[in-house]
Amino acid sequence: MAKTKPGWDGYSLKRRREMPEGLWMACPSCQNMLYRKTVEENLHVCPECDHHFRIDGKERLRQLVDEGSFEEQVAEMTSTDPLAFVAGETCYADRIEAYKNKGCHEAMRVGKAFIRGRGVMLAVMDFAFLGGSMGMVVGEKFCLAVDRAIEEVLPLVVVSASGGARMHEGVVSLGQMAKTSAALARFDDAGGLFISVLTDPTTGGVTASFAMLGDVILAEPRALIGFAGPRTIYETIKIELPEGFQRSEFLLEHGFVDMIVHRRDLRSEIGRLIDYCGK
Amino acid sequence: MTTQIENTTSGLQYLPFEGRIAELDARIAELREEMAQGHDHGGEIRRLQQMLAEELGRLYAHLTPWQVVQVARHPQRPLFRDYLNLMVKNGRELHGDRCFGDDPAIVTALGQIGRDKVLVVGQEKGRDVKEKIAVNFGCPNPEGYRKALAKMKLAEKFGLPIVTFIDTPGAYPGIGAEERGQAQAIAMNLREMPRLRVPIICIVIGEGGSGGALGIGVGDRLAILQYAYYSVISPEGCAGILWRDGSQADKAAESLRLTAPELKALGLVDAVIPESLGGAHRNVHDTIYNVEQYITRTLRDLKRTRIENLLENRFRRLRAIGGAEQRVLPARYAKPRLPDRVSAEAQLRRAASEPAPDVPAVSPFGPDDPAAET
Repeated sequence: MAKTKPGWDGYSLKRRREMPEGLWMACPSCQNMLYRKTVEENLHVCPECDHHFRIDGKERLRQLVDEGSFEEQVAEMTSTDPLAFVAGETCYADRIEAYKNKGCHEAMRVGKAFIRGRGVMLAVMDFAFLGGSMGMVVGEKFCLAVDRAIEEVLPLVVVSASGGARMHEGVVSLGQMAKTSAALARFDDAGGLFISVLTDPTTGGVTASFAMLGDVILAEPRALIGFAGPRTIYETIKIELPEGFQRSEFLLEHGFVDMIVHRRDLRSEIGRLIDYCGK
Repeated sequence: MTTQIENTTSGLQYLPFEGRIAELDARIAELREEMAQGHDHGGEIRRLQQMLAEELGRLYAHLTPWQVVQVARHPQRPLFRDYLNLMVKNGRELHGDRCFGDDPAIVTALGQIGRDKVLVVGQEKGRDVKEKIAVNFGCPNPEGYRKALAKMKLAEKFGLPIVTFIDTPGAYPGIGAEERGQAQAIAMNLREMPRLRVPIICIVIGEGGSGGALGIGVGDRLAILQYAYYSVISPEGCAGILWRDGSQADKAAESLRLTAPELKALGLVDAVIPESLGGAHRNVHDTIYNVEQYITRTLRDLKRTRIENLLENRFRRLRAIGGAEQRVLPARYAKPRLPDRVSAEAQLRRAASEPAPDVPAVSPFGPDDPAAET
């Protein structure tokens, strides 16, 4: 990443603007012009510098599970908008409706799947849906996945990509942090294996609940992972953040993730872990 | 938030919307002074005090959410220290997380409330500038959460009930906190607190700021003081996200439904503990007495329950948040809507629901999906 002017240095969680439409795209990390199709065939990883592009839930599922094995559960569940959240022009219920019309139901999809032939309960988060934020539906789906994993003695694999708790659901979404963690306590008591995969970005309430509670925690290279977003930290302490701060490598160095796994090795790595620890 | 007026005699500070009350207080203080010099103003003072009580009652019955936030942050609001001093007998403070250090922003102490020996865990915001700096303005670091968990495990071992006092703007967002795993520390508390085999009561006494509050806020009962607030994000933060302008926090506070009665209506808190007339800072002892009554009464109930049932109920309570039975609040304002035949939005929606057969559907998950946001 190029050295930047003083002040905010481009760690922003906002959608990257560098990607022009069409056949070619620029890698935000090495600035190379890349043929879009090559990147897509390379699992959305830059062939030049191994920059991992953000991918949505659908693409993640396609890459991760054995073809056609994902059996989604409670796909249609939607939020009941408990706060009747309206702020100025923003109306939460309308935004949910808009996403639904585009065919995207919630920020997490759960279901039973096979990864390299090993049966797992899989939950995949989708950053494209309201910043992958955790609201009542994400929490409820997560808990249902845990319940089923306990019942069928399956390992649980969760791929996180989230900006945190969903502001529009207020304390109800805050409660989801406690709820998912409590479900994991039960899962832990039942002796289940929970593999947490952290991808770019995983911050806020999701990191401070289930994402950091994995028996084994994997992370994609250079993913942003932290409690407070870098912008919040910058605004609180007003000093420049060190290079590589809150990236996967930083967490590995400080002892909070088990290993950093390249996207192409994710399947085999999960498979191997299940062979060692799963039942 | 700034307090503009201060009563010179009592030292009481007033919030911007308390102008009338400040006047009355000042007038009463004046008359009292004259009384001391031999004038007889007894009747007048009684009349003014009556007026003051009525005024306070009227004002505090209809506080806006943003005003509630201001009361919750009142510089003279009783802090955890005050509860520790006035309510807990024989308090012995325990320090240190046995890993890295001791975080003064979370205080853990053994003590006695009523007749019950308990472990109290509380967040301390500090009164003056020096104290505030020492406790990081009430923003705990990971050590604080680890200390709290370590002491709670101790309480579990010896069968002591746990009472936690929540009062924090949020967990500290700093470089050191991230290096030492703020998220992991809070996550561990969230996983371990639901399975501690002792009764846990959590009380929001001031600010309940997001994950930082939740980190010591999982238990059998959650109570909140009348003018405290509990929110997923600070109103300023919410306004910053919605309007890129933190000064619209008053509007955000309304949207977030963070006041005690609204949380009660949502079924997220079990009890609202009344404060003294005009907020806890006007009569600290009364407020703390109410809290003590709540704790002793609730502990009596919880101690009667078998521990297996207690844990099962605790888990069920957590599971119910945002579940199928989640209560829903009615909209605060009816949203103005154009009738369907003129509203562009409605027409677009209708068009989207009946796609023309020869136009290929665009994938909602294309790589350029413009929906990403924080």
